[in-house]
Amino acid sequence: MALRRIYGTETEYGIIHRGVKDSNPISASSFLINAYLSKTSGPGVGPYSPTVGWDFIDESPDIDIRGFAPIGSLPPEIEPNLVNAVLINGSRYYVDHAHPELSTPECLDPLSLLKWDRAGDEILINSMSAANEALPEGEEIIIYKNNSDGKGNSYGCHENYLVSRETPFGRIVQHATTHFISRQIFTGAGKVGTEVTGEKRMEVPFQLTQRADFFEEEVGLETTLKRPIINTRDEPHADPLKYRRLHVIVGDANLCEVSTFLKLGTTGIVMAMIEDDFLDNRLKIADPVHALREVSRDMSLEAPIRLEDGKTATALSLQWELFERSDKYISEFGYENVGGESVLKVMDYWEKVLSALGSNPDELFGFLDWVTKKKIIDSYADRHNLEVEDYKLSALDLQYHDLRPEMSLFSRISSEKIISREEIALAVENPPDETRAFFRGRCLQKWPENVIIANWDSMVFDTGDQNLHRVPMMEPLKGTAQHVGDLIDNCETVIELIESISETV
Amino acid sequence: MAEREQKKRKTSESDKSSTESNELASSRNEELSSELDELLDEIDEVLETNAEEFVKNYVQKGGE
Repeated sequence: MALRRIYGTETEYGIIHRGVKDSNPISASSFLINAYLSKTSGPGVGPYSPTVGWDFIDESPDIDIRGFAPIGSLPPEIEPNLVNAVLINGSRYYVDHAHPELSTPECLDPLSLLKWDRAGDEILINSMSAANEALPEGEEIIIYKNNSDGKGNSYGCHENYLVSRETPFGRIVQHATTHFISRQIFTGAGKVGTEVTGEKRMEVPFQLTQRADFFEEEVGLETTLKRPIINTRDEPHADPLKYRRLHVIVGDANLCEVSTFLKLGTTGIVMAMIEDDFLDNRLKIADPVHALREVSRDMSLEAPIRLEDGKTATALSLQWELFERSDKYISEFGYENVGGESVLKVMDYWEKVLSALGSNPDELFGFLDWVTKKKIIDSYADRHNLEVEDYKLSALDLQYHDLRPEMSLFSRISSEKIISREEIALAVENPPDETRAFFRGRCLQKWPENVIIANWDSMVFDTGDQNLHRVPMMEPLKGTAQHVGDLIDNCETVIELIESISETV
Repeated sequence: MAEREQKKRKTSESDKSSTESNELASSRNEELSSELDELLDEIDEVLETNAEEFVKNYVQKGGE
């Protein structure tokens, strides 16, 4: 039986610092995050205690899910000296390489994760205002939610799905690959041009995804070089005997809520079907790296993808197959372990989106990013009679992702909303109830001065006595509002909390 | 039994929502062109003034 799914995302945002001669993205990112933290911190009100650090003890990004590291592969680096904060909503907010990055709290369903993913965007928008208030006149920090600079440099929006350790990894590779290649038709954020070495930029005037150009391998450990469609980083941040974390690096960062929701929701269902061995082998793609690019560049959505059994299929037909199979799976196995009732919403949007992609993709303006962006760019080019090479079209592409509300092209159109403004505001200030993120966030809300260190799977408290107290949180389904909500409410001091926990755990 | 109920519920929900979404789609189609026209009218006010310079200066370090 499929495991109760745990979901999360990590988004690296693009950043530029204007008005300075030699801008440095690492210091700009630190400035941005520190501006947010200092504006919002304070006992009981802020999202951050200045004393709380991130604990790297349990971080081991170089462990390969296959149990070995191929010769010549590079483990990702950890940079422990950069800004690294934990927020009261259970998120982690930090500088990674040369980007601000926000990891959502652990969520139990795709709808909940969409909410905290949107809260992450809101935190970046608030950070931008805080930073720009603090910067000298003439300087400005601008944040973009995209994945590439159009010059061959890419940064990621990673998804995480905890899956059962018992599930054979080969089965995950086969079926997840088929889904990742074909789901591009609704997850793509759209891009003007190609960034593949050796190709002229405008050889590909527009493609579905930001990321397809950057993938060269089928399976591997890297995230920055020779990126693989299936990433094998094996770092579950949870009981390793029960869970593995599928770290998905192949997706785009989305602005359309429907794109984000479907990206997470459909993948969650596919993972459950993999765990329960509900998918057959017919849908195995023959040359995944090639197919990933082909699908991204096929604006007709009709290009045949070669399957291993010699037949061909389109991305749309593969998605229909996965949809039908999911429908059957849900009626046989139920949806409780995939994400409860939000799964029905996933199925409704999935069906609607696939139908429209097959008949009239323009209907999905405001639903899918690539459709929306393409429509804006095509209409602008028509109106002004622009050639495909015109820089204005690339400028429109970038500005679609600008997070400044007054400059963002995305925020100027009326997009389909699944989450309300009020829900997003609540998710900026509060953790989800259903996972251990609740314990992390509530403790930071209530006792920010006593939390010394936080991590995904542990927290360290200073109660004022001689010892620091480490609370392990290896099970993401514990430490929920149901488990510890009353306990935290009823404890006045952190000493009481630690004493009660030692009694109950 | 529980499975059948669940299936029934799902089917009736998606029927309802597909009727709703058909209506939604046709009204959206009409809205779309006027909304796009509006956006195109005002886009030059927000579009970065020197598009070429803006695009060339948008350089990021690789991440992940």
